[in-house]
Amino acid sequence: MTGWLQSVHPQTLRVTALALVLALVILFFGSQIDNYYTARMFNRISTSVAIILLIAIGQALVVITRNIDLSVGSIVGFTAYLVGDLLVAQPDLHPLVVVAAAMALGTALGAVNGLLVAYGRVPAIIVTLGTLALYRTLLVEYSDARSITTANLPKWVVELPQATLFSIGNLDIRVTFAIALGVALVVHLALTRLRAARRLYAVGSNPDAAAIAGINAERVVFTAFLLSGALAGLAGFVFLARFGNITVVAGLGFELKSVAAVVVGGVNIFGGSGTVIGVVLGTTLVDVIDNSLTRWALVSEFWRDALLGMLILIAVAADTLMNRYLDRLRRRRHMSELSAGTAPLPRETG
Amino acid sequence: MRRLVRWELLLLVILAVTIVINSAMSPMFLTIGNQINLFQLSIEKIIVALMMTLVIINGEIDLSVASMMGLAACAFGWLFQLGVPAGVAIPMVLALGLLGGAFNAFWITVIGMPSLVVTLAMLIGFRGMARILVEDRGITGFPEWFNALGQQPILGPLPLALLVFAVLFVILLVVLHRSGFGRKVYVIGNSAEVARYSGVAVPRVKALLFIASGFVASLAGLLYTARVSAVRGDVALGFELDIITMVLLGGVSIFGGKGTLWGVLLSILIVLNLRNGMALANITGHLQTGVIGLLLILSVLVPNLVQSARLSFRPGSAAR
Repeated sequence: MTGWLQSVHPQTLRVTALALVLALVILFFGSQIDNYYTARMFNRISTSVAIILLIAIGQALVVITRNIDLSVGSIVGFTAYLVGDLLVAQPDLHPLVVVAAAMALGTALGAVNGLLVAYGRVPAIIVTLGTLALYRTLLVEYSDARSITTANLPKWVVELPQATLFSIGNLDIRVTFAIALGVALVVHLALTRLRAARRLYAVGSNPDAAAIAGINAERVVFTAFLLSGALAGLAGFVFLARFGNITVVAGLGFELKSVAAVVVGGVNIFGGSGTVIGVVLGTTLVDVIDNSLTRWALVSEFWRDALLGMLILIAVAADTLMNRYLDRLRRRRHMSELSAGTAPLPRETG
Repeated sequence: MRRLVRWELLLLVILAVTIVINSAMSPMFLTIGNQINLFQLSIEKIIVALMMTLVIINGEIDLSVASMMGLAACAFGWLFQLGVPAGVAIPMVLALGLLGGAFNAFWITVIGMPSLVVTLAMLIGFRGMARILVEDRGITGFPEWFNALGQQPILGPLPLALLVFAVLFVILLVVLHRSGFGRKVYVIGNSAEVARYSGVAVPRVKALLFIASGFVASLAGLLYTARVSAVRGDVALGFELDIITMVLLGGVSIFGGKGTLWGVLLSILIVLNLRNGMALANITGHLQTGVIGLLLILSVLVPNLVQSARLSFRPGSAAR
């Protein structure tokens, strides 16, 4: 009777459930808010998803290796400010150089995290809780209470968020959104096709087994933090382009948003499993709720955080309970096959 | 155990050095008034840090404490605005703390979710509830006696919050280091599996600790409200960083099973003196936070490096 549940891969189940919830949420807000299905709303959500998605993908890579990166918000603020400062000083820099500089800066900050976690053997939560404060402090000291303003930035940066790559009907696909989706596609292909990327899962699901299998676990974890930093740096550049006016509080709280997007997207917080498709859906869900609540008349915008917290709890609880249930089913089937003499010994998982 | 004793000795030396440097910088430093003031400025954090010590030794973490402090403060302000007398609002807020702790405990022990995720969600969630209650208002005008509780000395030179700290320290000292419950906290922290097979009621111990943590956080939130005699949505925002730093710097292992309250007391004194010293040297609050962050990383990195250095001097004795 429950046989079909076992034939479906848990990740497929997770993604389907998430897509269903997302559709329901959109339908719900559509019935509550006038003029909800407009091109403007789509643009608003897609440009804000563009930033969080980049961060969330990096976060997912780190979480898959059984770690966490709480410093991403500070890295976004740090790169947004420093790259802005660079552009104010040298407005003629080639756009690609600017993007490369943002990613290099993010990578450098990620490298500090990675070194301490992978080679210093300090737990990721401690390292990144520390660098969350440290990077922000460095930014405050560096900024000296000045802020970057739109007026001082070159024209192409200010116009980037409005730049449209192509349109589907009256929906504009913005360049920044396309960049984020492109990154998502590349990471998705890498995680599903590349042997090197599969090592992230190996290290996350069982570090000891990975080490015995000849995988350099330190290097894998270090690389995950590098990538997370690089993507946060890229997000910092997009953040700069989108908002133009950058103060020292830029990117504050993004670490929690990205962790929320990742766990809602079905990435196991204990590492070893997770998909980019899930992260895309999770990010979109969190952002749709965030952006819709501000326009919902019935509930004040102050409800956002409380609902976000509950959403994370429910998403992870559903995951935990479902895994436990599937595990029990699998073990029961093994036991019955065992008594028939057709199966190897059952093994506890999860 | 020997490593821990050495760690506390190291803390004692660091503390002595900070005190000597600070008192050289300012003759006012070693006066009783300044020392009490020093405690008073972060008293809520250190009260929560005491309870956090037990939670982390138990192998868990509670990231939601600062948001619970904020929620308690905002709930008090909200009730007060509704016309509830402060004397009635106080027990209601403390009950809210118990409830919030029980809420965390439910997801962790009944559903079986990691405390890191649950309390991270409630770091957002409790703060969100606080914002629902007070939105972007500031609430003041509490009764005189309430504000006096936070600001006036009530026993000799000691204000109420310091007495609460002292009493809680003694209670937890007995519970953690002298009672059967305390042994269970260590056993679970070392290995929850071993504890379970030894017949320890693991979920019950964990649930009790999280409920107590919520309660202590709400008490600290009330003390904070009384001290600053005002409430806003961002009360205690980000305090969890300082609180966890104090505990880990005190030699408590983030993986559980190791650490003492005495170590945490020493690290509390170090952090307080460092902040005070930096303030005396005109270092701003933001830079102070950065230094605390650095300290947090070093407090785990240095013992790790020392240990691996020691291992590499004895080849063959231990592979990892």
